[in-house]
Amino acid sequence: MLVSPIQRAITEPPIVRRLLIGLTLGFLTLFLFLPLAAVFYEALRKGLGVYFAALVDPDAAAAIRLTLLCAMIAVPLNLVFGIAAAWAIAKFEFHGKSVLITLIDLPFAVSPVIAGLIYVLMFGAQGWLGPWLAAHDIKILFAVPGIVLATVFVTFPFIARELIPLMQEQGIEEEEAALVLGASGWQTFWRITLPNIKWGLLYGVVLCTARAMGEFGAVSVVSGHIRGATNTLPLQVEILYNEYQFAAAFAVASLLTVLALVMLAVKALIEWQAHQTRRAALAAKGETEG
Amino acid sequence: MIKHLFQRLSIPILTFGLLTAPALRAADLTLLNVSYDPTRELYQDVNRAFSAYWKTKSGGDNLTIRQSHGGSGKQGRAVIDGLEADVVTLALAYDIDAISAKAGLLPKDWQQRLPNNSSPYTSTIVFLVRKGNPKGIKDWDDLIKPGLAVITPNPKTSGGARWNYLAAWGYALHRNGNDEVKAREFVTKLFKNVPVLDSGARGSTTTFVERGIGDVLLAWENEAFLAIKELGPDQFEMVVPVESILAEPPVALVDKVVDRHGTRPVAQAYLDYLYSDDGQTLIGKHFYRPRNPAIAVRFTQQFPTIKLFTIDEVFGGWQQAQQTHFADGGIFDQIYQ
Amino acid sequence: MQFRLKQRSVLPGFNLALGYTLLYMSLIVLIPLSAAFIKTADLTWTEFWAVVTTPRVLASYRLTFGASLIAALINVSAGLVIAWVLVRYSFPGKRLVDAMVDLPFALPTAVAGIALTALYASNGWIGSVLALIGIKVAFTPLGVVVALVFISLPFVIRTVQPVLEDLEAEVEEAAACLGATRWQTFRWIIFPAVRPALLTGFTLAFARCIGEYGSVIFIAGNLPMVSEITPLLIVTKLEQYDYRGATAIAVVMLVISFLLLLLINLLQWWSRQRHAI
Repeated sequence: MLVSPIQRAITEPPIVRRLLIGLTLGFLTLFLFLPLAAVFYEALRKGLGVYFAALVDPDAAAAIRLTLLCAMIAVPLNLVFGIAAAWAIAKFEFHGKSVLITLIDLPFAVSPVIAGLIYVLMFGAQGWLGPWLAAHDIKILFAVPGIVLATVFVTFPFIARELIPLMQEQGIEEEEAALVLGASGWQTFWRITLPNIKWGLLYGVVLCTARAMGEFGAVSVVSGHIRGATNTLPLQVEILYNEYQFAAAFAVASLLTVLALVMLAVKALIEWQAHQTRRAALAAKGETEG
Repeated sequence: MIKHLFQRLSIPILTFGLLTAPALRAADLTLLNVSYDPTRELYQDVNRAFSAYWKTKSGGDNLTIRQSHGGSGKQGRAVIDGLEADVVTLALAYDIDAISAKAGLLPKDWQQRLPNNSSPYTSTIVFLVRKGNPKGIKDWDDLIKPGLAVITPNPKTSGGARWNYLAAWGYALHRNGNDEVKAREFVTKLFKNVPVLDSGARGSTTTFVERGIGDVLLAWENEAFLAIKELGPDQFEMVVPVESILAEPPVALVDKVVDRHGTRPVAQAYLDYLYSDDGQTLIGKHFYRPRNPAIAVRFTQQFPTIKLFTIDEVFGGWQQAQQTHFADGGIFDQIYQ
Repeated sequence: MQFRLKQRSVLPGFNLALGYTLLYMSLIVLIPLSAAFIKTADLTWTEFWAVVTTPRVLASYRLTFGASLIAALINVSAGLVIAWVLVRYSFPGKRLVDAMVDLPFALPTAVAGIALTALYASNGWIGSVLALIGIKVAFTPLGVVVALVFISLPFVIRTVQPVLEDLEAEVEEAAACLGATRWQTFRWIIFPAVRPALLTGFTLAFARCIGEYGSVIFIAGNLPMVSEITPLLIVTKLEQYDYRGATAIAVVMLVISFLLLLLINLLQWWSRQRHAI
């Protein structure tokens, strides 16, 4: 193949390229692939029997159920919020937007420990609502609602943050056109906006789910650690680790890792799909214009 | 259309039902025992034995005993904040005192309600060293030698670590004719030799055993036995100092919770069971020192003889010890300034 | 600058969307966070100041902010290279590597902490090699940096990547035609274009590092004044039933986090403004 001077000028000499690829792989090996390999190595060190025994243990099974349940509640809540927030922020101009976006981001930067602490201050027996909740026999802390709340808090910004730039980029022309043509607000949303943001939304959901299943610090503060009842998978890892069952701890950890990897695979698939759709759309546009 | 919708809905509903069902058809009676880290294995056995005992005694009650374990302070805080423990079995009387003082869930004199200061078992602080004792560690004095690495958890977050600290302090006091200044020097030197302060006792054991850090681990006697048994008799051995502290982990009924749950009789029976012959035998099997001399005799082979002092004798009780040593700005903080 | 509350728009749903956003945010985030501030109000100003400036707490700020800064800087340089490689070059397994970059984000922090400690302890795969040249990672402040580099790895890469993808080849071609060397093109064309994204990525990574707890406590060693991070101090105070002390430190961290994030959002707003002109 002929390499024109221009092409040569807009890429790097092969040696630089190889060096940069080498650096990338080296850095990622040190900080990403080896930790991942360590999880599976430790998990399988005592053999497959121990590995699967750890996963079918009743306490582990209860932890798996609880983790999935929390993600199933927390993600839809943040999904609705994410769409509402992105709609208001991306499609309208108003004063104080920067502060609003910052507040949405805040849970991302708040230490999980603090996230747990504030719910203790709110719902704890000595907290603001504690006495009232106790009087009405409503359990929030050290029960499923508290764990869900902590999960919602730590995954709060993800869907909104995924949608806001996407919807800002798309502008409001299409929606305006639909409205002018007589569509109602909801029709416009369902038929125009939602299809446009579909892939970004799914991407946000995937990230949110992955994070929801892995939260440790905040959940640890509000869980109460009752075995078989309020332990999520990450807490189960800690428990097994503390019981000197290292192989079992890493087995449960590897399950979480697999869940994370599945989520990442789904994410990659979504990106690929979105890419294809965009290309198809561009091609169609090119044809009509041509 | 509607049928279709219903079909689609029924899957999540069913899933939800399946997920919540175990909680709903839970056994007739449930107790929650909130405890500290090292007692997991002990209470797993005790719970199994007591459930069977209670079933025959009560004529068929199905009793489920749930366990929650963590650092003693963390667990105490959880109970204060509303974790509904029917019984608490913690590492320090101080933590149950806090539950009484801050949440009023049990009376101030809780420790007088059961025999032996409400401690059905005792333990002490010993050393775990690597096989063959390469550094020749025999007693507390060896721990402050320059260059030795001592592993202990952080007394600020771990109940066991407070016993470690107080054991060292008490030893140094006795050794130096009750000279507080000398004791403080000793403990300062000791902590100079500590390269890692994990937040809990189990974390320290892991650091020592799995990570290969340190020459000696300060540990509960029961933890040292368990670590040797679980992690390799060919790798570690126990060294018993001449003198150490008598650790008395207390148990208590949480009055307000059992009255709300209506579980007072079974919770009381559960604690009493710990003092019974069966309970005491299980305690000995799990390397805690039984209180009942008749049972303790059976385990004399297992437990080495150590001169033991109590926290009341040397430190004037937990409140005092906490104030002087572990409170913010206390002696432990000063050591690290 | 606009000082009107809202520009006129034909789109409906503003009140509903913003109302719901504010309501939900208040319930989940603002009211609980305000609980921390109100709890702190139990302390007088002098008491508050005394709690948040004891030497041990100050040492923990130094470690938390210092290690976070170093980790974020490492990730800025590494992140730029990795994003560049992932966008511009092709090599076997690139898609896989690209997908895996998000792993630290999805992996539970406790698992990350345990795995990293196992690796970097002096008897681990990496730690044993480093021990040969006398470097100790686990149970030193260096271990804190390693954990933080891991958990904040995706942020710079993920903010820089789309910008590099959108960069138009024409500009680089034009620069090359005008006789610019590859380095000059990078220095004067590409780098200025990715600079705002780098800054955003840096701040995101930094903000994430400051609050990190789960992975750090396993690897840090937790020695007072040496390797104890601020979130651990909050937990320590809580476990000694010192709620007010714990919330006082939490409030300091909250304020810093908020200011940092506000700074990013203002920077982004500012760069959009400049871009628009």
